[in-house]
Parts: sequence; C-alpha cells; structure tokens
Amino acid sequence: MAKKKEYLRKKRQQMIDDKGIIVLDNVSKSYSTGAPALNGISLNIKQGEFVFIVGDSGSGKSTLIKLLLRELTATSGSVYVMGHDMTKLKHRQIPKYRRNLGVVFQDFRLLKDRNVYENVAFAQRIIETPVSEIRRNVPAILATVGLAGKYKAKTKQLSGGEQQRVALARALVNNPSILLADEPTGNLDPKNSWEIMKLLEEINEGGTTVVVVTHNREIVNSMQKRVVTMKKGVIVSDEEKGGYIDED
Amino acid sequence: MKISTLFYTIRQGVVNIFRNKWYSLASVATISACLFLFGLFYAIVANFQNIVMTAEEGVSVTVFFHDPKDECESHEEGMFPTDERLYEIGQQIGARIEVSEVIFISDDEAWATFGPDYFGPNYADGFPENPLEGEHTYEAYLSDVSMQDALVTWLLSIPEVRKVNYSELTANTLSGVNLLIAYVSMGIIIILLAVSIFLISNTVAIGISVRKEEINIMKYIGATDFFVRAPFVLEGMLIGILGAGLPLALIYSLYNYTLNYIIERFSVLSTFLNFLTVDQVFGFLTPVLLLLGVGIGFLGSVTTVRKHLHV
Repeated sequence: MAKKKEYLRKKRQQMIDDKGIIVLDNVSKSYSTGAPALNGISLNIKQGEFVFIVGDSGSGKSTLIKLLLRELTATSGSVYVMGHDMTKLKHRQIPKYRRNLGVVFQDFRLLKDRNVYENVAFAQRIIETPVSEIRRNVPAILATVGLAGKYKAKTKQLSGGEQQRVALARALVNNPSILLADEPTGNLDPKNSWEIMKLLEEINEGGTTVVVVTHNREIVNSMQKRVVTMKKGVIVSDEEKGGYIDED
Repeated sequence: MKISTLFYTIRQGVVNIFRNKWYSLASVATISACLFLFGLFYAIVANFQNIVMTAEEGVSVTVFFHDPKDECESHEEGMFPTDERLYEIGQQIGARIEVSEVIFISDDEAWATFGPDYFGPNYADGFPENPLEGEHTYEAYLSDVSMQDALVTWLLSIPEVRKVNYSELTANTLSGVNLLIAYVSMGIIIILLAVSIFLISNTVAIGISVRKEEINIMKYIGATDFFVRAPFVLEGMLIGILGAGLPLALIYSLYNYTLNYIIERFSVLSTFLNFLTVDQVFGFLTPVLLLLGVGIGFLGSVTTVRKHLHV
C-alpha cells in the first residue's frame, strides 16, 4: 500500500516536471443546452508560473476554473492538475485534492457570521491541524496579508479589500501548490486591487503557481505576465509577458 | 476523527443553533407542534383503549358440565366428567390463546354465591343439601373479546360440556369499539404524518437557503462530506430534542391538570372509567417523542445538507 502510494506520488511529480502542474489536452465541455462552453482547448501551466486568463463573458473562463476545482468534469479531453487525472478523481477524493488548491473568488465567500480568525482557522480545522499549530499559523498568515490587528473583527465589518485579504489568507494558510483567483479585484477599487495583485505576486515569488481570471485591463497590461486570452470557448492567444487583447 | 475535531463538531453544532436563531426557532416550533398533536392524541387514545380493555377483562364465559342428577335428556352415561377429567379440561381452557384467566367454581362455591342472590340471606333454609351438588363450573375470562366465538365453539365440542353462558352483545360491542378506535387512530396518525411532513419540508426548505452558501464555501476549501455534515446533523438532533421536550412538558402539565379535574369534579366517572396515570402515559410517551424528535431533526438536517454536498 505504502509502496503504491509512493509510486503514484513519484508518477504525479514526474508529470508535473515534464508537462506542467496544470495540463489540459483538447478539452471540451458542453452543457445540456447551447454551444459548448469550452471547445477543444489545450493549455500547459508550469509549476511556479503566474498566468492571467482573460476574456469576455461567455468566453469559458468560469468553466475552466470549475474544471480545475473539479466542480465540473470535461465532456471530452483530459485535465491533469498536480498530476491528478480529473476524470478519474472520485467524489471522496475531491476534498483532499482541493486542500492543495487555494481559491479566491470575486465575492470573497467568507463565513459571514464568523470573525477573521475563525474564517482562516476553518481551512486548517478541516485538515485536522492541531489547535496549537492553528494558533501559530493563523496570526502569521494574517500578518502576511496585513490584517494582524483585525483578527477579532467580523467579516461584515471589513472593507472589500480587507475581506479579499481574509479570503487570500484562508486560501494560503495550508500552503497550496496552486492559487486560483477568480476575478479577485472585481469588487475592489483600484488602490485595493493593486494591493491584492501585489500580494498575489509575492505569493507567486514564494513558489506557488498563481492563476488569475480577470477583466482588469490595466492590471494585466502593467504586470507583464503570461496572458491566456479566451473567446467563445477557445484559446485565441497565449503570450509570455502579454497584454489584454481588445475585442475586434 | 481527532478529539479536537470532535469537540469542534460539538461546539459548532451548539453554536449553529444560536447563529441561526430564527431558523432554529422555526424548526423547534414545527417539531413541537407536530409532536404536541401526536402526544395529545396518544394520551386520549391510550385512555380510551385502557377503558375498553378494562371492560374486556370483565367479560367471561361460564362453562357448565353434565351432571348425573340432572334430568335433562342429553345427559348420557359416560359424558359426566370425572374429577381428573374436570381438572384436565380446566388446564386445556387455561392454555387457550383466547383465555386470560380461568377460575374453577365448585358446586359449594356456586351455591354460596347463587343462594343469597336468589333467596336472600337465609338462603339455606329449606335446602338441607346443596341443590347445585355436582354443578361444578369454570369461569373463563377472555384475553380478546373478538375471539369469544372461537372459544365457545371449541368448548361446546367437548363431550362433557353441557352449556356455555356468554354474552354476544357485550363482546360484539367491545370489539366494535376496539375496531373504531383502531380506525380513528390510523386515520389521525396518517393526517398528523402528512401535516408533519408538510411543515418539516417547509422548514427544511428555509434551512437550505440559509445553509447553501456556507456548505459551498466549506466544500470549496476541501472539507469532507462528514466534516460538513456532522455539525449540521448534531444541530438538527439538538433541535429535535428541544422540539420533543417542549410538548412533553406541556402535555405533562395538561394531562395532570385534566386528570385531577375529572377526578375532583366527576368522581362518578372515575369509579367506572379507568384512566391511565401520568406515569403510565409518560413511560411510553417520553422515549417515543424524544426518539421521534431526534429522528425528525436527524432526517431534516441530513436532507438539507445532502442537497449541497455535490459541489
């Protein structure tokens, strides 16, 4: 059993080293009605990369994120994340898989009735981290996102920028390999947007792969990172140090 | 599961009740209303059944045997029971499923009872000997009056038996009342269940909207189904216990008050109507209502959470 686990771990690491931490090969996703949301896309993201995924509404960005979160499965093609074949991942294996992903949403998705500390500690509780470690880790990560003094505050008492920092702290507290950020600046003013992006860049510099889905032209153009542009379910452009491509 | 996770689950279950106080109140009220109706109905029906059962216990059939002194034509040699045979028949009657108790009444005992009833206190005057000599009988009390016919048919098939005295009217009336109670109980239980399911499904629907976002967040950050479900299920069960405790307390006071009122105001009634004591009613009602409350809370929370686990 232990040998098999070790073999699978090595196999996954080999795949990450050879092809990337996120590997999509000819992936399509169709819903019961309408045109396919994704139409034969292929994408490789290497470990430690910072990638923007841009595109208009209906371009397939959200479907792509849902595939990576294993909220959806592809209709055809293959999706590998951290060496895991998403088509073969069983329902009971999904929680463990997600613990290696940090996720940040546009609407923050915090537990509204709990304070900042409890929201971040929750991510550690679900992986049964000892209480003593939680007490050490949570203040440290809150300090990283600049919220050390607000650990007792209820999330509804915080500004949008602060709420997104809490979400970031929660996403990072378990040291994920990949951070998925779905429109993380969508509800923020320019100042807070830049602060969040700066934090994401620092996180990436620490070795975490960061994938950011965004509409924010200014940020994409300024940061000079890899930009994958999607349109109507296909990848129309994939550029190192790219920019936001204007519609038509 | 680690001890810290267990404590966390318990703490969250309790805290959840206060966090969503309106939902908790609505759930407790719904469960309480359903269980109150159930408990009240049970208390009434159990008393009815007890009164009918007490009446049934008094219903008996009397078995007479052939007697050599009797001049009836049907008395033939060889049909008179010997003492051993009489004892054997008594044993057979007592072993019947329809019989709860059988009492042997000797000729002397019969005369001692029958004499004063018919001839007054000086009944023995003019009767130097027992006129009922040899007229031994058995008094068989029925365990279920609806089986009286079967017992009588069997008794009459015994060659030594001369006559069986029984009241068809009493048995039929009591059987009828029993059947009526059974039908009415079934009808009311079906209506109560339907009302409960309707009320509880509505409360659960409210719970779903309250919990949807929270469950989604938990699942997105990697919580297992068990970790998500456990505090909600515990919360549901606690709400169930509260929902059962309230009607139990209410019915207890109500029953006690009503019973005392009837006994004080209508003492005549209580001489021939045998009401159940508070302990008798609650000996059954307490565990049943608590189990129902916990069961409803458990099912309600499991259903609510399950709908959102596949994220």
